[in-house]
Amino acid sequence: MTDIATYNFAYLDEQTKRMIRRAILKGIAIPGYQVPFASREMPMPYGWGTGGVQVTASIIGPNDVLKVIDQGADDTTNAVSIRAFFKKVANVAVTTDTASATIIQTRHRIPEHPLTAGQVLVYQVPIPEPLRFLEPRETETRKMHALEEYGLMHVKLYEDIAKHGRIATTYAYPVKVEGRYVMDPSPTPKFDNPKMHRSPALQLFGAGREKRIYAVPPFTEVVSLDFEDHPFEVQTFDQPCALCAAENVYLDEVILDDHGGHMFVCSDTDHCEKRRADGHRGHLAPETHLASEKMEPAQ
Amino acid sequence: MTDEPLLRVSALSKFYGSRVGCDNVSFELWPGEVLAVVGESGSGKTTLLNCLSTRLLPSSGTAGYRMRDGQFRELYRMSEAERRFLMRTDWGFVHQNPADGLRMTVSAGANVGERLMAVGDRHYGRIRATAVDWLSRVEIDEDRIDDEPRAFSGGMRQRLQIARNLVTGPRLVFMDEPTGGLDVSVQARLLDLLRGLVTDLGLAAIVVTHDLAVARLLSQRMMVMKDGRVVESGLTDRVLDDPRAPYTQLLVSSILQV
Repeated sequence: MTDIATYNFAYLDEQTKRMIRRAILKGIAIPGYQVPFASREMPMPYGWGTGGVQVTASIIGPNDVLKVIDQGADDTTNAVSIRAFFKKVANVAVTTDTASATIIQTRHRIPEHPLTAGQVLVYQVPIPEPLRFLEPRETETRKMHALEEYGLMHVKLYEDIAKHGRIATTYAYPVKVEGRYVMDPSPTPKFDNPKMHRSPALQLFGAGREKRIYAVPPFTEVVSLDFEDHPFEVQTFDQPCALCAAENVYLDEVILDDHGGHMFVCSDTDHCEKRRADGHRGHLAPETHLASEKMEPAQ
Repeated sequence: MTDEPLLRVSALSKFYGSRVGCDNVSFELWPGEVLAVVGESGSGKTTLLNCLSTRLLPSSGTAGYRMRDGQFRELYRMSEAERRFLMRTDWGFVHQNPADGLRMTVSAGANVGERLMAVGDRHYGRIRATAVDWLSRVEIDEDRIDDEPRAFSGGMRQRLQIARNLVTGPRLVFMDEPTGGLDVSVQARLLDLLRGLVTDLGLAAIVVTHDLAVARLLSQRMMVMKDGRVVESGLTDRVLDDPRAPYTQLLVSSILQV
């Protein structure tokens, strides 16, 4: 047992959790609407997931199983630290297995393994306002949301096509939620946008610095914006994962040496390890398969 | 011609605290008519224009606008959503400084296309074709369509702003010193263009200017303002050739003769 007596369960005090839960409920009631909330100081800098951590802290219970990913990976600093944090302050079980997690806090990816009803995906959001770089005034963007004036969003896509011949936005690709609010899906690659559409899992978004929470309830319409003659499409890769030979997954480029050597591997480490454990081999997979490194066994 | 005005303004006043912006202004504007509002700076022209275009709310008075369905609507009782919709479909606003009316960091084509996208056009090819068409109508070369307005001269920016406003086929355009800050030859071309567009499209326009020559060229009717009040109004040629109010006489006689 870790010493949790010095903290309230899950770090935040109960009043704060209640305040955040009210914001979450409002967000769920109005899908895609950015609900202001009184974001607290967290024991980590802004930009490291303070919003996501507050949302997770407010919804987590003693029986939850937590998974944290950073750009798809379970083993990077941010993911390891946040997982350790909740293990310490809430004494919950943690896992890297997507299917067995009840809460998945994510920085900028949606796991490859399909999410199921009952799971909650918590996004860390740096800039919740999709119109921010088109219209800097917050008073004006709020009015634009209220009056559903979203022509400007298409101006950005128009500019993309005029400059690059196609929609060149590859991440933070704007979506329309339930035919009403335009929403920033946080900087996930647009590859993940279709996974948000009618997802059985609850999706919660927390922006700590910007003090906003928004949500996409299960089975909600999430449509990526596009033009009739330039429809939305996701990234494609011309080679499979170099380690597990997976196709139709999102790949990261990994530089191997100073001579231009590189390989493409799954950004979702859990997915990749599972596939290798099942015997799938990419062309650069090592001969002897290392047992998938589980960082902390679930308690 | 229809037998009802497009805009009916009565007893419009705007006070900034105890200071007068404009006081008790009434007039009617008919479809296809260009009305010039002239006067020295500080006379309340721009305040009046901002009230009419609902960018400012007046202290008292009413303004009725005949919508496309023929119904008269009281402008200041509309919801903000309706007013903003009117602003980007049935109305245009040409600012004196093009930077106020344009998005300086997006291309000329997107500037023209923004209103189309705002009213729901989602076909890139069609939006672009319309933008090309409008750029040629305001004498901007087609190959500048992907340039940002920052790379344009003052005259080009002003013409782009006009194209951006007219693309949705508005019925009423507000212009605040549309030729201000341009040199005379550019001004002449712009006036020529504006006159052609207004006639071709049958636009009604309210043009605020301190330049009587601009008023003479563009407008059929004019109002002279001083200290927030209308001191004289009538047909443009009549007011300029036979000014009656002492202030108008002063204004007309102040024109520099070259």
